[in-house]
Amino acid sequence: MSTHEQPLRRAEVAPATEAPAAPDIAAEEEEDLWEGGIGWPETLGMSLSSLRANPLRTVLTALGVLIGVASVVALLAIGRGSQASITASITANGANLLTVRPGAPSSGGVRGAVGESSSLTLADAEALANPQSVPDAAFVSPEYSGNAQLVAGSLNLNARVTGATAVYPSLHNNTLAEGVFFSDEDNRASANVVVLGANVATNLFPAGDSLGQQVRMNGQSFRVVGVLASSGGGGFGSIDDGVIVPLNTALRKLFGARAAVGNSFSVSTIVIQAASSDQIDAALSEVEIALRNQKDLPLDGSGDTFSVINQASILATVTQTTQMLTLFLAAIAAISLLVGGIGIMNIMLVSVRERTREIGLRKALGAREGDIMLQFLFESLALSGVGGLLGLALGSAIALAVGASGVMQVQLSLDAALLALGFALAVGLFFGIAPARSAARLDPITALRYE
Amino acid sequence: MSIMISARDLTRTYQTGDIEVHALRGVSFDIQRGEFVAIMGPSGSGKSTLMNLIGCLDTPTSGSYTLDGLEIDQLEKPLLAAVRNRKIGFVFQQFHLLARNSALENVALPLAYRGGLPADERLERAAESLERVGLGERMDHKPQELSGGQQQRVAIARALVTRPALLLADEPTGALDTRTSEELMGLLTDLNRSGMTVVLVTHEPDVARYARRLLEIRDGLLQRDVPTAEAWAAQDPHAPHLPASPVERARRVGRLPVARHWRRSA
Repeated sequence: MSTHEQPLRRAEVAPATEAPAAPDIAAEEEEDLWEGGIGWPETLGMSLSSLRANPLRTVLTALGVLIGVASVVALLAIGRGSQASITASITANGANLLTVRPGAPSSGGVRGAVGESSSLTLADAEALANPQSVPDAAFVSPEYSGNAQLVAGSLNLNARVTGATAVYPSLHNNTLAEGVFFSDEDNRASANVVVLGANVATNLFPAGDSLGQQVRMNGQSFRVVGVLASSGGGGFGSIDDGVIVPLNTALRKLFGARAAVGNSFSVSTIVIQAASSDQIDAALSEVEIALRNQKDLPLDGSGDTFSVINQASILATVTQTTQMLTLFLAAIAAISLLVGGIGIMNIMLVSVRERTREIGLRKALGAREGDIMLQFLFESLALSGVGGLLGLALGSAIALAVGASGVMQVQLSLDAALLALGFALAVGLFFGIAPARSAARLDPITALRYE
Repeated sequence: MSIMISARDLTRTYQTGDIEVHALRGVSFDIQRGEFVAIMGPSGSGKSTLMNLIGCLDTPTSGSYTLDGLEIDQLEKPLLAAVRNRKIGFVFQQFHLLARNSALENVALPLAYRGGLPADERLERAAESLERVGLGERMDHKPQELSGGQQQRVAIARALVTRPALLLADEPTGALDTRTSEELMGLLTDLNRSGMTVVLVTHEPDVARYARRLLEIRDGLLQRDVPTAEAWAAQDPHAPHLPASPVERARRVGRLPVARHWRRSA
């Protein structure tokens, strides 16, 4: 029995016995079958209508993504806010600064503690101030700091006293709320004048009439010539809680800081401001070389008794640290977003199973695999998209509430919002593909009979 | 009359594990445009497999199948979907209406999958279709607000809305009582009289009687191809109007597994 040949022969014969034009018409019609089909707006409408049919389930599923996106947005805003406030408090001390401190640098093995020997002197500062040895410096400001008991009338407090030169305010970005800063002339004359930090002024003179008043320190009387505006930034020994007197007054009259060796005075730090941010590195090496020459130290730096701290590198380190922290927090939040995505996948798989007969029917009525796939993908995308948008709103609200409470500074940003939303949609797409594909591949016959 | 369906040596073999099940073993027939044909046969006869092939839900293992001038046998899946959409109107035993949509929306659904028609035109055509089956008053009702007979009418309206070449009804009265069944078969007869080609798959002789031609399938082969008038005139011991045995009845409602050796001995 030639069972294999028979169907072939008959299939060829059958159309020929019919009207001769039939094959052409059929071919044309087959071409035409590729045309048409459902458009995506209709498919989207079907997806949204099935989501509306199960409102509680839809809301609960979207909630997973909502919480994920909200935490990403809120944590990024808080992280960026903290970073901004830390950066602000560092740069509040002044820009492009190098600070020379006594004591060896700590890198490269165990060295003596910073400040172990009071090895910086006024003579060192004068050497650095020479434009030929440090051409990239704009200002050089030796500073001395100590503590003293301040007495004004019946009030007294212990405060940090900084001896500085007249360039101090321009170096450290300080402005005066009242009065003037002391002059170079006051410094040369070792005048008994003082500029109060904002908090000291309010504590010693609650009535706000500090200007022109006398403050006693170590048994000497100082006239208040100015009050600094509050610099805001809390950390890093804010000048708000201290007072400033002329350097010579501090060295000679207030603290008697004569150096152990040589005929000079000790200073606590020498602050150098580079002429521009591009010149910081150049200024740093010039300062090191100049100091080694001045102090007769080995030029390779092996015997340094001082260290130069670059403010820009501190800033970079702190920025990097806070960025890492922010990313870390956002990554944890992103994990919750991922969990939300798994929730979507779970619900979509349940939904495909529940609607097996509906899928079978749609296929019988002419839905192609791609149409079914798209319908279910739209559903998971809509779930994650709506969850993402609401999460964006909630996360922003949380961030703004935290910011308004004053506990932390926050910074909302468009790119973080778009990132979170994009990630949410990607999660919806990723976790929607498997259920959508299983729906699209259902056999219409078995799907229609599914109980 | 022109040929609507041309089936030549259709076979369909299912592979379940290592076992090959030959559901159809070579079935050939033609159905002319405007015919009303009933396909009958006991469970496991291959009747459902044949219906799936006629309905383009499945393709034959071998043989050729031509529907309305289109050679279906080896069409790609998306094209099969398009053929189902344009050429065939399905009516199922379980109605298969979408519960959350109104009658009108249910009827308009196939037009959405056709594409190219704006929504208001789709609904307009759906309304015409509902009026044709006598449900013009209940377009906004949800399926659960309709009786079984009305739901099946909605399903018929849905099948008609694409102006198909063929109406394919699979046990359309299986979930209906006798009186409603008669009404529904009257509707299908009316549609056939107005020119629609109707293929009916059923195991109920009372329903098959409405058709004018009977194709009886048994063991995957076409056993009889006769006008229904003759089928019931002849006192054939296998005539489908004879009361079924208790075992056969139980199997119809799915309580007994289909045992091939039993059928062979019968």
